[in-house]
Amino acid sequence: MDWTALGLSLRLAAWTVAILLPVSILVGRLLAYRRFRGKGLVEALVMLPLVLPPTVFGFYLLVSFGRDSPVGQLWQGLFGSQLVFSFEGLVLASIVFNLPFAIQPAQRGFEAIPVEVREAAACCGMSPLRSLWKVELPLAWPGVMTAMVLTFAHTLGEFGIVLMVGGSIPGETKTIAIAIYDRVQAFDDRSAATMSAVLVAISLATIATTLWLSSRIGRRLG
Amino acid sequence: MASTRRLLLAAALWAVSGLWAPVAARADVPVVAAASDLQFAIEEIAAAFAAETGQQVRLSLGSTGNFARQIREGAPFEIFMAADEAFIADLHAEGFTRDAGDLYAIGRLVIIAPHGGALAPDAELEALAALLAEGQIRRFAIANPEHAPYGMRAREALMARGLWEALQPALVLGENVSQAAQFALSGNAEGGIVAWSLALAPQVAARGHHALIPETWHTPLRQRMALLQGAGPVAEAFYAYLQAPAAREILARYGFTIPAE
Repeated sequence: MDWTALGLSLRLAAWTVAILLPVSILVGRLLAYRRFRGKGLVEALVMLPLVLPPTVFGFYLLVSFGRDSPVGQLWQGLFGSQLVFSFEGLVLASIVFNLPFAIQPAQRGFEAIPVEVREAAACCGMSPLRSLWKVELPLAWPGVMTAMVLTFAHTLGEFGIVLMVGGSIPGETKTIAIAIYDRVQAFDDRSAATMSAVLVAISLATIATTLWLSSRIGRRLG
Repeated sequence: MASTRRLLLAAALWAVSGLWAPVAARADVPVVAAASDLQFAIEEIAAAFAAETGQQVRLSLGSTGNFARQIREGAPFEIFMAADEAFIADLHAEGFTRDAGDLYAIGRLVIIAPHGGALAPDAELEALAALLAEGQIRRFAIANPEHAPYGMRAREALMARGLWEALQPALVLGENVSQAAQFALSGNAEGGIVAWSLALAPQVAARGHHALIPETWHTPLRQRMALLQGAGPVAEAFYAYLQAPAAREILARYGFTIPAE
């Protein structure tokens, strides 16, 4: 059992969720309420990681975040470290790859709010921020919560991209999924089995928690 | 509704609290990129090094070609132990290594097959040729010859024996030689051609038997290592340890020929 790898995966998932939570609320809400030119394109781009093979994505990340790329050089200049083959690079990759999981369910959540409710909030003189906090989020939160749980679980399971831009460095880019892969290659079936079982348990617990939470909330609001 | 928001906040806080977990010590524990044929030998050497000096290294195992690519992309490895010296020469010419490095071992190929399978490995690949003629070889594993040195040499050996073309439909390619061994012994293949150093490890020997392929059938697997730019004192110490008698003795036990230098 590789606890370092498990800890790293959980940390990666937590960072991804923390950064994507505001993105999910803002972009999900925008896509739910507004009509604008190029909205279809934005929605398509958000969905793209769902259908793109992780290798295609990994390749583009290597090329665009590499140390000779503008992004890589900017990062190097700002933080003095490089992006590819580092934990920060994994977080960045994970954020991009989880966009559909973070935004789609939130968007559905906001879309489900009747327009009259929002108009009533505005008529009562609520500022958009206050309306978001007092009216919309409480109604849309099962969507947002689903988005975050999916993002968390999906990050734990991410493999292809991590393999391509990570480099399997213990404690830095060797996530639990990679550790399982490495252990299988090392003929260490027992460790691989333990880690796989732990991952199954965590994933099940995460999903069960959301289901339970959203059913509870649904009852209360209903 | 107040409790709704509290739950949402709690979820966010829970997520954020995970972020500040202590980061594993980075700079002072160098990462060694080692070719997959070293899988078992290098773990033993690293353990002996830790016991003797109290210093740790982190190991990353994979195919030599992939590591060479990653080093060019800026992967923060401090030592690169390649399975083929040509990769070190290229990296040296491009300025990624500190110097031309050192030859540390010469590897050998074996044909390996799971216990109780149809294939009984022999040095001259007679059994393989016979089974192939009968159509009994459905899957046969080697490392990917595009970027894994042991895969390249396996291809050379199979070509030298005149079996390469006939084996094409049955070939399964491991990403590196260790995965090829795992494929070969998984029970889903009749066998494979892998590194002797892997076949000698107890975990592998428990699952399959092997025979040494004549070294004249392929260009020698001259394995060279080098310190990369940015290697620190612990990496230097480990590099020196790799050339010390204790490490050489372990490498020899895993079937490597130790170059006299």
